[in-house]
Amino acid sequence: MSASPLVEAKGVQPTFTAAPWRERAEEALIPPLVALLVALICGDLLILSYGQSPAAVYRMLLEGTWGNAYGFGQVLYKATTLAFTGLAVSFGLRAGLFNIGAESQLAAGGFAAALTGLVLPGGTPLALALLVCMIAAGFAGGVVGSVPAYLKTRFGAHEVIVTIMLNFIVLALLNWFIAGHLHVPETLHTPEIHAGVLPRLADIDSRFHGSAANLALIVAVLVAIAVWFYLFRARGGYELRAVGLQPQTAEYGGISVNRVWMRALTFSGVIAGMGGINYVLGYKHYYEDGFASGAGFLGIAVALVGRNHPFGVIIAAFFFATLSQGGLAIHAFVPKQMMDVLQGVVIIAVATAVPEVRRILRGARGRSDA
Amino acid sequence: MNPISFVTQMIRIAIPYLFAASGGVVAERAGIVSLTLEGFMLSGAFAAVLGTNYSGSPWVGVLSGVLGGLIFALIHAVATIRYRADQVVVGVAINLLAIGVTRFFLKLFFASSSNSPRVAGFGGNINMAGFDNPLLWLGIIVAPVMAFVIYKTPFGLRVRAVGEHPDAAESVGVSVKRVRYAAVALSGMLAALGGVYLALDQHQFTDQMTAGRGFIAISAVIFGRWDPIRAALACLLFAAAETLQIQLQGSHAIPSQFIEMIPYALVIIALAGVVGRAIPPAALGRVED
Repeated sequence: MSASPLVEAKGVQPTFTAAPWRERAEEALIPPLVALLVALICGDLLILSYGQSPAAVYRMLLEGTWGNAYGFGQVLYKATTLAFTGLAVSFGLRAGLFNIGAESQLAAGGFAAALTGLVLPGGTPLALALLVCMIAAGFAGGVVGSVPAYLKTRFGAHEVIVTIMLNFIVLALLNWFIAGHLHVPETLHTPEIHAGVLPRLADIDSRFHGSAANLALIVAVLVAIAVWFYLFRARGGYELRAVGLQPQTAEYGGISVNRVWMRALTFSGVIAGMGGINYVLGYKHYYEDGFASGAGFLGIAVALVGRNHPFGVIIAAFFFATLSQGGLAIHAFVPKQMMDVLQGVVIIAVATAVPEVRRILRGARGRSDA
Repeated sequence: MNPISFVTQMIRIAIPYLFAASGGVVAERAGIVSLTLEGFMLSGAFAAVLGTNYSGSPWVGVLSGVLGGLIFALIHAVATIRYRADQVVVGVAINLLAIGVTRFFLKLFFASSSNSPRVAGFGGNINMAGFDNPLLWLGIIVAPVMAFVIYKTPFGLRVRAVGEHPDAAESVGVSVKRVRYAAVALSGMLAALGGVYLALDQHQFTDQMTAGRGFIAISAVIFGRWDPIRAALACLLFAAAETLQIQLQGSHAIPSQFIEMIPYALVIIALAGVVGRAIPPAALGRVED
């Protein structure tokens, strides 16, 4: 007998009905725009509370992020990690599951990439070393992701709670490895890896000099395309989305819900784990305790604002990376902590606007049809 | 190991958990997911330091701390109850928002990105080992009081009803929304008291000072199967593990990281049904139209 599926109403669900593209576009685009407006107003208030001019601060924010190659490079670097965690969260959400464990999956992936880079001999060809490190990162993330998957399908344990608890356990375990065994004296990071260093954008175009953006960016875009193909063009993805919409119906339709859930959470972990290469292979070339801090939780925001569509996630990752880098650009006038506030505001505003906008739009259409 | 110093230290560590877990029980029994406890605690801690700093009185700090938790609880309630937003997503966002807001205002009021100046607190008599703090005594009685409220009062009956069968409650004239608003508000104020205790005990606010305690509290709620007394016992168990870790430090018998894992691992074991099945309130997390 299969474990009884824990069916809940999830706030974010893809629509299966073939609604006209205009209606779907309205439902997809209005909530982020509402959220942006709310965030701008809150930002105004925070800036004014500091006695600064909102217009000047916002201009500074844009100039410091998109206005010069270094700032833009930093945005791209931060967007890369967020794209991985956002894709991971949205992959789970498509199956109706909340993966709040991207934080620890990302850390585990980075740790595995660093270990692999340390073990490989220095002369390993770059392509081979990258491939092996990436597989190791994805594997470690997948192992962490498979734990809530197994507990959910075998025992019906709620994945939200398990992934949160697992975050603490995995991070403590990694901390024990690093602090107790693998660190360079006086630091909390491993030695530098011997093989698998990803080229930076600055190596290709010198204008990006100093920024951490690297070719992990390309990997993130490739992963997004792969996720898109799987979700919308492959049979497994069709099953996954069907389970996300209505597990019971999918089960009657001959889909094994447990198998789909197992796959969804495990691969969600794989995607998050692969994100570890951005910091480890692309930027610092070592694993440092706490490097993943916050990126997993922001991944939830990215998935939500990106409306669970792989390409929407990429855009949302870019948006949140801009906020985060923009905080540094305005720090001399308004503390960068303002962006921490705005991130929270954006998530609450989108989460609130999504069901509300859908209701209002459907209500309006219902009246015009009558 | 001195048993008396062990027990007193365990109780001091347990107090923030006891407050927050009581808040978690109330909200979850009413059907609202309590991933927000961490954020409520953090905002309570900061508001308490703010109030104490500007008034000089810790009692004003307690009031402003409770108010701080209440404000965040109302944001959560409006988003999830009025607008039916997803409780998990908003819960995560409330925690991020609390981190952000406290950081921003720490900078604005105290021009620091790490900690506030020292503020007044309760007690301080070295021979009392923290037991001359009225908040500590409040923390000790909060679980029995909440057990009474939930099982013996009309409000408690309504909370349980809207968490198990909201439609049935609505059909006999109970306003599901109003009861849920009240439960979330109460949970915000109780969890905030946990943060208030923490901040006044340390005489200052430090960035992210709750350090995952809200998640330990929610673990205790689940481990205690949504019952105030059992949740309180879980809090004491987790606090005992932490005390053991502190008192064993230096002996290196068990790495501290493994002691840290205990509460989280226990919850996963509880959820996997090894120690009896953890069955949440039937309507927990549901969005109804």
